[in-house]
Amino acid sequence: MTEIAAKPKISTGDIFLEFLLIGATSFGNIVPYLRNSLVIKRRWIDDQGFVELMSISETLPGLNATNVAVLLGDRLAGLPGSTAALVGVCLPGALVMYLAGIAYHIHGERPIVTAMLKGVAAASTGLVLATIVQLGRKSLASIADLVFVVVTVLAVNQLHQSVPRVLLCVGLIAVLWYRPGQERARRTP
Amino acid sequence: MKQLPVLARVFAYVSLLTVGGGMAAFPELKTLTVDVHKWLTLQQLVHLYSVGQLAPGPKMMMVVPIGEWVAGLAGAAVVLTAFFGPTSLLTLIVGRLWGALARWRWRASIQKGLAPVSIGLLLAGSLTMARAAITDWITATVAIGALVILLLRSVNPALLVLGGAIIGAIVFLPR
Repeated sequence: MTEIAAKPKISTGDIFLEFLLIGATSFGNIVPYLRNSLVIKRRWIDDQGFVELMSISETLPGLNATNVAVLLGDRLAGLPGSTAALVGVCLPGALVMYLAGIAYHIHGERPIVTAMLKGVAAASTGLVLATIVQLGRKSLASIADLVFVVVTVLAVNQLHQSVPRVLLCVGLIAVLWYRPGQERARRTP
Repeated sequence: MKQLPVLARVFAYVSLLTVGGGMAAFPELKTLTVDVHKWLTLQQLVHLYSVGQLAPGPKMMMVVPIGEWVAGLAGAAVVLTAFFGPTSLLTLIVGRLWGALARWRWRASIQKGLAPVSIGLLLAGSLTMARAAITDWITATVAIGALVILLLRSVNPALLVLGGAIIGAIVFLPR
């Protein structure tokens, strides 16, 4: 406990400003920006700790970026730090999209905007798929994992089951498949 | 004003389904905002999601304009709070218990089990979106092109989305 007490205290304002900066300047995938700023620039957490925060964030509902903000903010300065980090990381993007929404409502029907958005939507689809492929490469390691992926996709898209129902049913089976004491062949990340 | 509680309920519920990423909740988001409440069309939802890829920060800020369309500034604020409040609170609580949970043997089981299911949900969401966004061979080419480029090179994804806008303007603008 002494080493924690010896650390210089990080103020809530500092946390807010750092996350505001990340929230305002991170385009595309936010994770490298978070790591760059929190691990390398500020040294608020080491690489191992950052990987642990990411792993908690990926298991829980909520976006990875906001979950990491909440977790690190809490570790640095408790509830106020957590709130400051969350508000900071969300504020710039929320403001941009608020204005974009108003602009879209006014100009969305113009032919040039419709044409551009068609291309934007197509590119975004490719982008989302790329993120999933990268995530799959990292965390899918067995035939069982692939079966869980396929069953989930079929249940939502073909059988039109609601997401919570699929999450509960397939999730429960998958968790029981990996139950404690059951050492399934699996690569550790 | 009477829409505010509905907005809060819908977006708090949808946020709890974003396991692995925002896209996991897309099918449910579509059902509730497009089919049930008719706040916007599927095309508008896909447009907002896509434009959201160009905004800085967390990638689901596209929920904000839905709130704005339904109930103005108050709607936007309610949606933002409902979407990020409950999941953040849950994360805060689980984060504080995480160290203690290390001794709980089911923690690893839950993580291993949820990983493939969350990838399945993300894939299901992106296929729902693809059905609306891929309408012809040009949009298919743009999507596959973006996918291949991102898998082979480390390019900023936002640049590819901007590239999509330029291609769209050139190809789809009626003359």
